[in-house]
Amino acid sequence: MKPRPFTYVRPHSVAEAVAALSRHGESARILAGGQSLVAMLNLRLVEASAIIDISRLTELSNMRVVGNALEVGAAVTQNRLLTWPDLAKRLPLLAVALPNVGHFQTRNRGTVCGSIAHADPSSEIPLSLAMLGGEVVLASPRGTRTLKAQEFQTGVLSTSRAPDEMIIAGRFPLDKSRTAAFREVSRRQGDFAIVAIGAYLKDADTICLGIGGAADRPFVTDIALGKPVTDQIEDIVWQLGGHEDIHATPHMRRDLVRRLAPIVIEEARA
Amino acid sequence: MSEIEKGARVPVQLVLNGTAHTGFAESRMLLSDFLREVLGATDVHVGCEHGVCGCCTVLIDGVAARSCLTLAVQAEATTIETASSLASADGELNHLQAAFRKHHALQCGFCTPGILMSLTDLLRREPEPTRERVVDVVSGHLCRCTGYSGIIDAAMDAVNAGSPKT
Ligand code: FES
Ligand code: FES
Repeated sequence: MKPRPFTYVRPHSVAEAVAALSRHGESARILAGGQSLVAMLNLRLVEASAIIDISRLTELSNMRVVGNALEVGAAVTQNRLLTWPDLAKRLPLLAVALPNVGHFQTRNRGTVCGSIAHADPSSEIPLSLAMLGGEVVLASPRGTRTLKAQEFQTGVLSTSRAPDEMIIAGRFPLDKSRTAAFREVSRRQGDFAIVAIGAYLKDADTICLGIGGAADRPFVTDIALGKPVTDQIEDIVWQLGGHEDIHATPHMRRDLVRRLAPIVIEEARA
Repeated sequence: MSEIEKGARVPVQLVLNGTAHTGFAESRMLLSDFLREVLGATDVHVGCEHGVCGCCTVLIDGVAARSCLTLAVQAEATTIETASSLASADGELNHLQAAFRKHHALQCGFCTPGILMSLTDLLRREPEPTRERVVDVVSGHLCRCTGYSGIIDAAMDAVNAGSPKT
């Protein structure tokens, strides 16, 4: 399958990209790695009058530590973040979550911010960003604004991004924990997660637990280690909203969370 | 800012397997189609056209990527390597290809060019991957014939024989 015709724009700066986005209106799309967008264009699930390619913008190709967060530019690929030298030490959650994102071949081009923008409820990067309390930086003709991850993602493939806004960076808070755990269940390695679960130790008696794939957006909650974990998980599974698709029923998803969450929590404590 | 209008055909220049090429493409043309149909590189196989099967994997500036998820116009001024760059000019197979033959790592061969390119990228970056790592990389490909074990064995054999010549 081939995409429908569109105008291709290659801006040379963020300012030009933002201008092109305003000029081409609502059906313009930002292309970064294209690992979701081009697939959807090929399948004609997405209709775009203009494609604005930011993948070569040097302005957006940086990773830098700003305050206590790692700021990842919108053109940085998933594999590049995976090779950030301090990842295991300062962002242990991403170190265990990122290898589950797509495949080696798609991570070579797929971007960190593209995954955030796509807002797939089963996706690992938006889940990690929400669990860490990270932020999304958006640019538009009105300037830039920063949203909390939880404010940004509003539902299945939907976000609070205005049509003339583009993500320029994601900010991942550093040093939230020394270790973390992440596991997911999918039909095949690298496929979309039916259920994805991450956890890290917040303090001596609290675990931050994140669940992807089971609700319309990442679900993040605290687990008190002083109380029985299974009781708390039982409460959580009924809050997930029962997401149903061809891969699994709500019942199966609840069951997967019941079985997987205690394992991941145990691993995060170790 | 450069802009290519809907339906317009523009020249795309790139280096394919060491030779500079120019071909014409519309903005919506996929790199996989450009390589096959415009430049005649039919060693790029197309299975699914939505990023699932991995048959169309090529190296773009040295990095394995699915050419069906890349637009031809995005490949402007890049260097592309496909499976036909692996054997020497007189047809002698490289380590990896020879290992594929030895381990029966292909039957119909449809998935093979893509898998060879993924493994080429891996072995250049990580000359001594673990078996687990090889399985992880090969999981980005679908093979309907072999059951994968021959492919994994071949890759591990190539690791032990030294990485493929580049
Ligand atoms: S043809 Fe590109 S991944 Fe299947
Ligand atoms: S050898 Fe036939 S699909 Fe892999």
